[in-house]
Amino acid sequence: MYLDASDEKVLAGEFGETRQKMMEILVALGDVYGAEKLVPITSAQVSGASYKTIGKWGLSWLQSLNARAAVPAVLNPIGMPREGWQEFGIGEEFAARQAEVVEAYRRLGIRVECTCTPYYLRITEYGEHLAWSESSAVAYANSVLGARTNREGGPSALAAAIIGKTPYYGLHLVENRRPQVVVEVESGTGPHANHWGGIGHVAGKKVGNRIPLITGIRPNRDQLKALGAAMAATGAVALFHVDKITPETRVFSFDTGDLDRITVTEDEVEALFAETEVEAVAVGCPHCSADELRELAELLRGKKTTKPFYVFAAKGVAAANPDLVGVIERSGARVIPDTCMVVSPRMDEFGSIMVDSGKALAYVPGMCGALARIGTRRECVEVATS
Amino acid sequence: MHGRSISRGIGTGELLVSSEPISFLSGVDPETGIVVEHGHPLEGQSVAGRVLAFPYGKGSTVGSYVIYALKQNGLAPAAIINAEAEPIIAVGAIIAEIPMVDRLPGEFSRLPPGTTVTVNGDAGEVSCDEVS
Repeated sequence: MYLDASDEKVLAGEFGETRQKMMEILVALGDVYGAEKLVPITSAQVSGASYKTIGKWGLSWLQSLNARAAVPAVLNPIGMPREGWQEFGIGEEFAARQAEVVEAYRRLGIRVECTCTPYYLRITEYGEHLAWSESSAVAYANSVLGARTNREGGPSALAAAIIGKTPYYGLHLVENRRPQVVVEVESGTGPHANHWGGIGHVAGKKVGNRIPLITGIRPNRDQLKALGAAMAATGAVALFHVDKITPETRVFSFDTGDLDRITVTEDEVEALFAETEVEAVAVGCPHCSADELRELAELLRGKKTTKPFYVFAAKGVAAANPDLVGVIERSGARVIPDTCMVVSPRMDEFGSIMVDSGKALAYVPGMCGALARIGTRRECVEVATS
Repeated sequence: MHGRSISRGIGTGELLVSSEPISFLSGVDPETGIVVEHGHPLEGQSVAGRVLAFPYGKGSTVGSYVIYALKQNGLAPAAIINAEAEPIIAVGAIIAEIPMVDRLPGEFSRLPPGTTVTVNGDAGEVSCDEVS
């Protein structure tokens, strides 16, 4: 892989051991994937932030490093809200270790905003190169924003943040972003025919790791977020196109004549929606937008929750909408920043959880050991307040 | 034998060969260095100080940190040889400072397990110290 003169100096150790190690990671990945060079990035999003996932070994590695990020970088959700973790039911031992992880990243110049929706906090433009990690954020950046990122692992995203570059391969190259399969979504009139997390949950299993071009739907940005998050969870979708909706379908004309065609039927989507008793309700996977907080506030206004009801959002988004947070919390629901239903040990204590997300439906059983039920946000509110 | 350099450094040890991929997360105990994945060809064997050869990594990316943990505990392989490197093992070897090469020629597979070999991760080379 080609390195310029300053990259070579970093690799030779002239700018310290940590930067040298980070450049070694980028060079090795570039070699593994056949990249010809490094490309400058405009931002990074680093996974491996919850102590629940990286454990004491990941923490000790982070603490051994000494450098500062070269580009704006944020974290994936951590295992607890940074403030008010006691009320959220997190134990002191976990909280202490989690705080050490956050401090280690802060020392490395990573902005301690812990979210899977960094695009709500900093504008990301069409064509920007990124090194993002979290699967739904990667799908959103590539598909909805038209930015370019591979799905990075924790160390490779951190390396890219510190060096400010990433190997130029995969989805950074325009020729690798063409659709590989056509997905036709059957229109329907049933109660969940337009549940984007449900559609994505079914579509992802059929698409696998291919790039789909989806036809027959007109989702808005929040709906695209739910769709992509679910496809990234049940498949390995890092980029999807929606005909006449997502930006690259309006910039390029794709020839889809030779591609496989897949159908997502209304019955397949409806079959996800089994009605079972649940102990708690959680929404905000991926983290809620301001519009989603507004919808929840309207649904919860004047009601009282009868079950634990958690709403997850980026701290910056919650802080910018105090009125909506106020309405939601007056119902007894809690708006929780920094963490989520998948990465927090708090959720392990429930035997069954209702979610509005196709992604959470896929991950809650394995990550939390709980039964998961999916519904619309309206159904989630009904169950939580009945 | 010439392959491709993945992680720098030089390491010597007895060759431990797995025909199957290895998942370090939940597959290798970082406190003992022993392969614990049930039914794995290397189940019960220690990777500590060995030159560990296997086709490629599998499983969670947290496996990179398990390789680092093995090194911190003094139980890491002396070197790693893969048929084809992938990110979990490559990143793990780099952060743990374990020499690693991949893409060796076919003659490598004829070396008997237990042969003492030296992996030169800087040059991407593997050599036999003793000929049996």
